[in-house]
Amino acid sequence: MSEAWTWLSEPFQYTFMQRALLSLAMVSAVSAVIGVFVVQKGLAFIGDALAHASFAGVAMAFVLGSSIYLGAVIAAVATALAIGFVSRRTRLSLDTAIGIIFVGAFALGIVIISRQSNYTVDLFSFVFGNVLGVGWHDLLIIGVMAAAIIAVVGAFYKELLFYAYDPDMAAASGVPVQVVHYGLLTLIAVAAVVALKAVGIVLVVAMLVTPAATAALLVRRLHHMMVVGALVGLASSVIGLYVSYYASVASGASIVLVATCLFGLAWLVSPRRGLLMLRHPETSFEAEDLAVAARPRDPA
Amino acid sequence: MRLLPTKQQAPIAGNGTAIKVENVWAGYSGRTALEGVDFEVPKASMVGLVGPNGSGKSTLIKVILGMHHPWRGRVLLLGQEVRAARRLVGYTPQIEMVDWQFPVTVRDVVTMGRYGRLGLLRWPTAADREVVERCLDRLQLMDLAKRQIGELSGGQQRRVLIARALAQEPEVLLLDEPMAGLDATIQHELLSLFEELRAEGKTLLVATHDLSCVTCCFDRALLLNRRMIAYGDPEKVFTQELLNEAFKSHLIILPVEGTFHMVHHGHE
Repeated sequence: MSEAWTWLSEPFQYTFMQRALLSLAMVSAVSAVIGVFVVQKGLAFIGDALAHASFAGVAMAFVLGSSIYLGAVIAAVATALAIGFVSRRTRLSLDTAIGIIFVGAFALGIVIISRQSNYTVDLFSFVFGNVLGVGWHDLLIIGVMAAAIIAVVGAFYKELLFYAYDPDMAAASGVPVQVVHYGLLTLIAVAAVVALKAVGIVLVVAMLVTPAATAALLVRRLHHMMVVGALVGLASSVIGLYVSYYASVASGASIVLVATCLFGLAWLVSPRRGLLMLRHPETSFEAEDLAVAARPRDPA
Repeated sequence: MRLLPTKQQAPIAGNGTAIKVENVWAGYSGRTALEGVDFEVPKASMVGLVGPNGSGKSTLIKVILGMHHPWRGRVLLLGQEVRAARRLVGYTPQIEMVDWQFPVTVRDVVTMGRYGRLGLLRWPTAADREVVERCLDRLQLMDLAKRQIGELSGGQQRRVLIARALAQEPEVLLLDEPMAGLDATIQHELLSLFEELRAEGKTLLVATHDLSCVTCCFDRALLLNRRMIAYGDPEKVFTQELLNEAFKSHLIILPVEGTFHMVHHGHE
């Protein structure tokens, strides 16, 4: 018992591990809250693109000596708006617009840093993630961004839900769907930057998509998906950190792998869509529908 | 286009025009969907919108809703511009246009009918929830209120869309093929609901392929194929000649004792 406790508690005696866990908790919450929209609206590719595009901002900020987070947010948000604009103003499909713009931004980032003689470790911690290197300063910035995202989603949840579920009807009801559309892209961009340091540019999309998709298999309302997705993200983070600590492997990648495994597990046991449940369709709809219809209507 | 006399018994409570469509031309990036459509729907009446697939029925409904802007012409709802009258209109899209896998429950969807009245940063009040419960009850969805919408049958899904439209507390209802693919019992249920709504003074414009339903229960029929082929009393509108004009002779229509039997024969 005490041995097991020692095994479990040992990694978290280090403050860098505590900071890592704290940052991952915030990343999990934000990724789930935004990820449910990414999953439901089929925006995974755009999430990936925005994370990559933020690299241009990271590189620019590095060269100018300003805040890397600020640079990343500006680049990601600008890319989100540019993608929306290009796909609207040309006859290109959305995924073509994404493909053109994000590789352009990513390449710009590489061009910028290739002019620098002293780039190496610091910048690449953003590409591949370095959650163990998260400092108090990083935590503060991530915390502020996370709080802002959750506050915005909370305040406009009604509009986001309506837009995500039925944009036509939302528009007919007077919801400014254009504003909501660009607002959602902006939120995805900021959420991608929140997860940047923890898992790295190339794995950000996994945090946005996998826990939310796992939750989609388990619960049936959007806000429940957010909560369950955050818990799945947190569980992946904790287990991933142990794997990373004891097996001496990259932490970001371990976390993502654990999340992928949890998705597979949920897929197996999902009450509605699980592989193991295929033989138990919920109920016979037709019979029930007829029964309901046959019930006499209340004269009132 | 022919304007035909309408049934005398059409119960028109508080005389007036609910929907006025004035010479509307509309389409999508160069493709014309509506050519000079022009008609009026009196208050508290039921109009069946009939035409082949791709004849502009959905486009017409979207123009009336203000979801699609016409190239030319205009629409007045209860004498007001569409923008101002938005709250007075309830709408159900075609069932295929809805994402049924979306993680929302039946009650969540019906509650969305209230969102248009709420505005930004406002949450549904007790009064809103009461309206939602009443609409759920009216469409007999109480037992299904906590179901995820994908877990419903086709008939149940259509009832959810209608309940959401009713939760808007509209004066005018625009229903895009609410009866397609339903069995006779449920169709009958829906029709008696429509008649109840008309008796309450609501105006209904219903896109449908079911000519018999329109003949038996609706006040007027609007036969559409990009342009308006005919508008008026269903029995006068649904003649062999006019139907063949609308359906481009893909059909032979055999009226038998008040119902229609349609026989497809290819146009080759």
